[in-house]
Order: sequence, then C-alpha cells, then structure tokens
Amino acid sequence: MSDTKKKGFDLGNWMIPIIAVAIAMFIAGIMMKLQGADPISAYKTLFTTSFGSVAGFSATLGKATPLVLSGLAVTIGLRAGLFNIGAQGQLISGALATAWAGYALTGLPAFIHLPIALAFGIFFGGFVGYIAGALKAYRGVHEVITTIMLNSIIMALSDYLVVYHFREPGQLLTRTSEIQKSARLPFIFSLPLGFFIAIACAVLAWWIMTNTTSGFRFETVGRNKFAAWYAGISVKRTLVMAMMISGGIAGLGGAVETLGVTYRFEPAFNAGLGFDGITIALLGRAHPLGIIPGAILIGGMRAGASNMQFVAGVATELVDLLMALILFLVTAPLVTRFFKNTTSKSVTGGW
Amino acid sequence: MSDLLEITGLTKQFPGVLANDNISLTVKAGEVVALLGENGAGKSTLVKAVFGLIKPDKGQIKISGNVIEYGDTAGVIAAGVGMVHQHFQLVPVMSVTENIILGDEPRRGFFINRQSSRKQVIELSKRYGLEVDPDAIIEDLPVGMQQRVEILKALRKDVKLLILDEPTAVLTPQEIDELLLVIRNLAKSGVGIVLITHKLHEVMAVADRVLVLRGGKAIGFTSPKESDEAGLAQMMVGRSVVLRVDKKPAKPGKAALEVRGLQVLDDRKLLSVKGVDLTVHSGEILGVAGVEGNGQRELVEAICGMRHRVSGQVLVAGVATKDMHPHAVHLAGISHIPEDREKHGLVANYSIADNLVLNQFDQAPFAKGWVRNISQVNSNADAVVEKFDIRTPSAQNLASSLSGGNKQKVVVARELSEDLKVLVAAQPTRGIDVGSIEFIHNQLIAARDRGAAVLLVSAELDEILSLSDRIAVMSGGEIVAIVDSKDADRNYIGRLMAGMKA
Repeated sequence: MSDTKKKGFDLGNWMIPIIAVAIAMFIAGIMMKLQGADPISAYKTLFTTSFGSVAGFSATLGKATPLVLSGLAVTIGLRAGLFNIGAQGQLISGALATAWAGYALTGLPAFIHLPIALAFGIFFGGFVGYIAGALKAYRGVHEVITTIMLNSIIMALSDYLVVYHFREPGQLLTRTSEIQKSARLPFIFSLPLGFFIAIACAVLAWWIMTNTTSGFRFETVGRNKFAAWYAGISVKRTLVMAMMISGGIAGLGGAVETLGVTYRFEPAFNAGLGFDGITIALLGRAHPLGIIPGAILIGGMRAGASNMQFVAGVATELVDLLMALILFLVTAPLVTRFFKNTTSKSVTGGW
Repeated sequence: MSDLLEITGLTKQFPGVLANDNISLTVKAGEVVALLGENGAGKSTLVKAVFGLIKPDKGQIKISGNVIEYGDTAGVIAAGVGMVHQHFQLVPVMSVTENIILGDEPRRGFFINRQSSRKQVIELSKRYGLEVDPDAIIEDLPVGMQQRVEILKALRKDVKLLILDEPTAVLTPQEIDELLLVIRNLAKSGVGIVLITHKLHEVMAVADRVLVLRGGKAIGFTSPKESDEAGLAQMMVGRSVVLRVDKKPAKPGKAALEVRGLQVLDDRKLLSVKGVDLTVHSGEILGVAGVEGNGQRELVEAICGMRHRVSGQVLVAGVATKDMHPHAVHLAGISHIPEDREKHGLVANYSIADNLVLNQFDQAPFAKGWVRNISQVNSNADAVVEKFDIRTPSAQNLASSLSGGNKQKVVVARELSEDLKVLVAAQPTRGIDVGSIEFIHNQLIAARDRGAAVLLVSAELDEILSLSDRIAVMSGGEIVAIVDSKDADRNYIGRLMAGMKA
C-alpha cells in the first residue's frame, strides 16, 4: 500500500477497474459460448464497429458524451462524500427542460439559443440536486434515499408534463416537438461538439478539485467532515453545493443528449444514462479524468452492440450484462470502503 | 471457594505500546473486583484477552481452572463468562423478551415459542431481582432500564463471571445508584463480577477489591477499606514518570481568555459544566486538573465553539466570542489542540502538507483568491516538518502514515504556526511516545514565553503539575479550587479531584 499522495495517475489504483473489465468480459464470453455463439468474433465485431472507423468512433463518442457527464456528476458527489444515485432523475429533468427551451424559444440565433438551452438543462438538473442536498444538510435525510425517490418523482412528473403540457401538437406518441435547428449541437470534424463540452467539463472539474479552495472544501468534507467543521468549512453549505453541482452536470448530460442526438424529449429516451454514470464513476475511481476512458469504453459497447447482434448473433443485452458484471466487480471493494470510511484509501482517495 | 478467573503474568505488547505488563488477577465467586484506570491504562486489552480475542505474549488465563486458548471465544462464553458492553448490543425496535432470547430462542418446531420465552424472562428477572417489563420495546425504555436488559441477557446464559465495561458512563446518578445495588445483589447470589471503571466513588461503593492499572502496569491491589478516594486517585493518575520541564517563572500579563458563568450540557443533555469562571492571562499556563468525566471535555468544546453554551460567555481580550462556530472562535484568537486528533484534528487521507494548512487553506499565502498556492503549502510543510521534527520521509505522505506522536506534532504545529493569543490544549500528549511528549511540552512553554495564554486540560496530574503556573481543579462540573503551582500539593489536589472538601 502506497502512502504517498500522488498528483498524477498511479497505476496501482487503476488495476482494480482494468482487472474488473477483463474478468467481466471473460465471464460474459463464457456465457456467450454456452449459448453457442463465438465470443471472439462477437467482441471483435463489437470493438471494430465502435473503434474501427471514423464514423464508428464518432458514434461511440456520441454515446459516451452523456455518460462522461453523468459519470462526472456521480464523481463530484463521491468527492464530497455523497452517493448521488439520482443522476438519472437529474439528467431527465435537464433533458426535458432543454427540449422545451429548444422548441419553444424561436427566432434566436444559434450562438444565443444553444447556450440558453444548455443552461436550462444545467439549472433544472441542479435544482433537483439541490433538493436532495438541502434535505441532507438541513434535515439529515440520507442522499441515497432522497435521490432514489426523486428519480421516481421526476420520471412520473416528466411523463405527466409531456402527456398534458408539452406534447407535440397532433401527435399521438408521448413526445415533445423537435427542437429548432438553431439549438442543435453541431459536429466538428464529424465528431459531436457535445463530447468536447463533456471533456472540457471533466478537465475543469479536475482542475477545480485539485487547485482551488472550493475543491479543497469539497474534498475535506468528503474525507472527514468533523475536521472540516473544526477547520471552519461550512459542511452544510458544501454538501448543498456538491449536490447542486452534481445535479447540474447530470442535467447538462441530458441537455447535450437532447441537443446533439435525440432532438426532442421522449420519456423512453435517456433510459439508464444516469445509472450508467454510477458504474462509470466507480470504474473511473471517482477521478474526474478517470471517468473519460470508462465512459468511452461503455459508449463504445453501446455503439457497437446492434452490429454485434447482426454479425455474431449475440443479443444487445450482452452490453447490459457486461455493465452489470463490471459494476459488481468494481463496487464490491470500493463501496465497502466508501461506507466504512476507515482505510486511508477510500474511493475518494485514489490520487 | 475456588477461583473463577485466574490471570497470571499476562503481558501483551502492541506496536509501540506495552498494553499489559505482567498482570495477575484472580476473581472468586461472589466477589466484586474493580479494574480502575484511565483510558489507555490497559483495561480493555485485559478483558479482550479473557475472551480469547487477543493472543497474549506471555502469561496464562484460567476460567474455573481451565486454560483459555486464543481464539476460543465460544468456549469462554460456554464456561460462563458474560459481558455487558459500554455500548449496548440491543435491537432498539424489538421487545425486552425478544432481545433477551435473541441468539438462543426457545422453539416450538420451526417457530419461536413466545409464551415460554416470556416466562423465562419473567423468571429470570424475579430470580435476580431485576424488574423489567417483558413486553416493552427497547427504544421506549430509559437507558438504565436498557442496561438492565443487557445484564439479564448476559445472566440468562448461566453466567458465573460478569464483566461490566464502564457501565455507568451513560447513566444518570439515580440509575447509577440502582445499578450499584444490582451489582451487590448479583455478587451475593454468587456471581463473580469485574467492574471496569475510572470513577472512584463507584469503586468505593461497590468493590471488594480494586486493581489499579496505569500505563499497562498493575499498580497494585487495594480495597475500599484500606484506601480512600484520594488514595485511589493518586494510584490512578500516578507519580511514576515525573517529566521535568525547565521553565522560567511566568510573567503573566493581561487577561487574554475569560470564561464567565459557563454552563454546558453533555451528550446525554445533562448539565456537566455547572457555571465555570476562569481567567487565563497572557504569558501563563493555567492547568485544569481533574478525574476524567468531570466536565473537562465539555468545557473545552464550549470554549472552542464546538459545543453549545447554555449560558455564560467566553471572551478573548475582552471581546465575546461566538457560540457553536469553531472557525469564528479561531479567528477571534483561540487556537485549539483538540482532544480527539483523529476526528477533529486531522484528515487522515490528506497529505501532511494539506493537514498543516487545514484551517488556513483559503488565506494568503496558501491561496490567492480562489486558487490554492500549492507550492506555498508544500514549502510551508517542508519547513514545519523540519522545525517540529515530524518523522516522515516526505511532507507529501498521508497523515494516516504517521505515528500518534507525529500526528499530534502536525496538529500542534498547525495551531502554533500563527501569531498565537490563546491556546487551548486538550489532552495534548495522550497516547503518544515520551519523545513527542517532551517536544510538545517544550512547545507549550515556548508559546507561553512568547506571550500566549495557555489553557491546558489533562487527565495526567503530572503533566498539569510540571507545566502549569496555576492549577484549577475541576470536579463534578465545577472548578473547586484554583491554586498557585508553587503551593500545589499532590495529595491536596488528589483529594480535590476526588470531590472531597479539602
């Protein structure tokens, strides 16, 4: 066990996720074999589809974009000692709010419309996070409970809003109108702009966590809130801020997905993006930069899944199976540490 | 009568601490033996060894004549040893009966036999004269009653030897009296009892014999007949290693810290600081002596803004400080070496460098606006590690990698690194090595000589005697006397600590 706190990447800490992914793929491979499929060809198809061509890689990055943001959202929470299970709800709030801003505001130039639509997503995602944060800080309600409950509330509420208030006129399907052209996120060199926004967010978050006083407050509260209080950090304010920022980032994830991929809100969209964020955050060891490879890996699996089904005859659900296995293998050691908070190498201590 | 428990020459060495040093003890049936000692004296190590939870380096433990093997906890329990823990092991939402039968339920086929369970509990409570309502839910019961359930739970397993770990720590005075009566009655019915405590009057009230432990050593056996509370206090706080500190006479200046009419509640919401008045002048060390648990902790926490002040004021240079706001109190000029350095003093998985700026990370030169100046943090750390002789390969190592003494040096260094007006040091040398103790003592004297007002609270009477310029004795939540250290007499202070009118 290394006791030094390193600023850069410490490979030792990254062995758990790497091994977890390898074992998960191995187990999934056995299951494919049992079904009579060829795992080698399946994996080959999966990864050549998603990483083998510019178009494929672009699709992968498109899938990875909301995952980077939802993974980052969960990471920010973990850093301050909060387990935000509510990225899903926050992301949906952001997606719906952004979709509304995207279709209802008309006649704006793109350079105004886009930021406004994104801001809607951040604001509403952040607001949902704020509710959980305030309940935690001022009423002592555990954030895992409130965020799970908020997930249900928001899913039902967004259904209701789309059915009765925001439905596309004359449309039978439960969905909003399409967003204006001026609110669409463009592609840059055939790569989605949203991905660069997400990466910028992750890098910014990393810089803030390592170099600013706010980052230090977050980390201190996450590691020892008694010492934080004693040292003059407002623990309550920090908790609320952390949940709000976490929710805002998840909301941005929903916004980017809406403006860059789906172009409208439909309750069936965005399914699981927030929950995948939990897997990715843990896979990335709650490191703002560590989540990027994790999100790209998962995004690539999602992007290549249907082609894999077509070529190798393996159902797309294999990706969910892989995700579940990875989550299982990664969390077992990490979550225990997070909740016990006894060892020096807690989930938030990996750098 | 034969010995229920026979410990001979028990020795246990932990890294850096000799927890038990050649301790021998026998307990006979029907006898109450008190284990008296301060925190860290080796009481819990001894008990763990009895349960086979730790492997002694030397020595032997016999229960009813049979040698205990390390790891055979089940065997110890089967041999009739029961324990009532300081923190109750009860399920709050279940009934008294359910809690007592838990783990060994009378069954009828696949189901719990509730009727016979209930009957067992009633019989048990009659047999030992411990009245309980078998159907009451635990969380509705007062703490004293919960403890009674805990005792019954232990007794149900035909206990011959009952170990009570700090049983009165959470009780009110009335509940304590009742418990002491229960202990006497149990002993009369033939149960051997080991009472672990650091409260003198309980020992006087109930024990047949007393084994005083200090720093892992058995200081000696005595009994309430042979000794009095003052004598016990002296044995407990000890006079073994008197650390001599060279210091010049104090040159007290103006009143720097004033405490006026301070009243504070403890965790049980009982008044534990009952109107304390203190004045500490700049350039002097005022030591607060007292047996632990007499309100010292609450006093310190209230002064430092970490515990609500029910009434009264804390002034720094004549200006009142804010209640329940450690940072505001710190800014007002009170530095604080907290009693619990792991909990309040340090962030274990931060580097030493970050810990050294924990309460000033957002101030110049360690931050410029929003951005931290990491290179300043690091150069500060390197200088402090050097100056305070903190034993570590690098200031970038995690605080958790340090030994207790070096951790404490980090805390002390941080609190002293400013232009110090008032320093409140709570148990500043508890559980650390002699070298670090000496270093920290010298730092406290140096702070005094630079004009700081130092309030030193310690359970170590020797520490108080060797460092203080004046000594305040605290007992039962009150300051019972303030004496000049030149006139301080160990016996006199011991009697005051024991709550006797001198």
